[in-house]
Amino acid sequence: MIRHFGPNEVLFIVEAVRWTLLLSAIAFAGGGLGGLVVALARTAPPAALRGIAAGYIQVFQGTPLLMQLFLVFFGANLFAGSIDPLVAAAIALTMNAAAFLGEIWRGCIEAIPKGQWEAATALGMRYPARMIYIVLPQAARIAIAPTVGFLVLLLKSTSLASIIGFVEVTRAGQIINNATFRPFLVFCIVAAIYFVLCWPLSMLSRRLEVRFGTVSR
Amino acid sequence: MNYTFQFGDVWAAWPDLLWGTWLTIQLSASAMVLGLLVAVLGALGKTMGPKPVRWAVDAYVEAIRNTPFLVQLFLIFFGLPAVGLRMDSNQAALLAMVVNVGAYGTEIVRAGIENIHRGQIEAGLALGLRPLQVFRYIILFPALKVVYPAMSSQFILLMLSSSVVSTISAQELTATANDLQSRTFRSFEIYIVITVIYLALSMAFSGAFAVIHRAVFAEPGQRR
Repeated sequence: MIRHFGPNEVLFIVEAVRWTLLLSAIAFAGGGLGGLVVALARTAPPAALRGIAAGYIQVFQGTPLLMQLFLVFFGANLFAGSIDPLVAAAIALTMNAAAFLGEIWRGCIEAIPKGQWEAATALGMRYPARMIYIVLPQAARIAIAPTVGFLVLLLKSTSLASIIGFVEVTRAGQIINNATFRPFLVFCIVAAIYFVLCWPLSMLSRRLEVRFGTVSR
Repeated sequence: MNYTFQFGDVWAAWPDLLWGTWLTIQLSASAMVLGLLVAVLGALGKTMGPKPVRWAVDAYVEAIRNTPFLVQLFLIFFGLPAVGLRMDSNQAALLAMVVNVGAYGTEIVRAGIENIHRGQIEAGLALGLRPLQVFRYIILFPALKVVYPAMSSQFILLMLSSSVVSTISAQELTATANDLQSRTFRSFEIYIVITVIYLALSMAFSGAFAVIHRAVFAEPGQRR
């Protein structure tokens, strides 16, 4: 018996938006924290730290997010018995976001003119003070636009969590499609939901780029 | 924590893995070539087309860039047959990849074309080049040269996201891994090996792009 596609079905998909948003928020917060560590390590004076950070970025940017998800999911099933799909997806997306944000923010840190560093050093500031008071505040300005841009990518990436069984918007769409068999309508609605979430962010990112895009010298 | 890794089943399946790798290379390379074509046409329409064409290109680019690849794939594979367009999973996978990378590519190539100074084009016309020659030698070629690095990283992202097409059981590396997993239940070992293969593939593609860059875009003096 094929279920009728009505307002309840639409509501089921729309209500799953909170899970997409929750997963995005966790991954963005965790990835932001991790990304800061990666970016600082990538630009740190000791070569060993820079090498480790570069390796981390290479591995996470050079392999599919889907494989990272599978490894966390199946790995945790082996070693911890079982894992909630939300937790697995949050871990994988956080580690992935840390690599991407680390690489974006490294560029922002390196974009700060050398003279700023040298002036801070000449004033007798040590590395932490130089970073906290001189470099990071200026780097943060140029980091805003690409970071919002990355948030769009992250939001879209959460759709992959549906593959390990986490019921967010895409999985909710699949469930409704399996019951009603209206694939064109269902996936158009799913796509429209993502568009409504992502498009304002894309526009914002573009506007911020115009405003903060250049380094002040 | 007393699990012993057993890679035996994975190594035993090496011909399958090799074949899967080859299918991923084939699928990605086809999507790159066709995607570049879409990107050039899209950028052309966006920069030089009449208003309706520009709007259509804008709508296409925004729609694709603000929705997940997985949903685009589902819409093409499950949705299009419902409105009368039937295709097998491999064709749907290739179509979804071309449509996806075409939109990102359009934005990239457009930026390159807008970077070309008007004076260059006027100089070309003044020298008696025909419009098509101006387009080829003065607009497209230098534009592609400028955007080459951005385009190659987009292509590598495309290759990596091709693992997602395994969800509609299109034939490629991840689908091979999924088959192997359901036969042997060595999921962790299999996906570790597959992940390493993808890492090697992304390095190989970026190496190949560097070689292509040298062959196609080297200045006459630098050519060896």
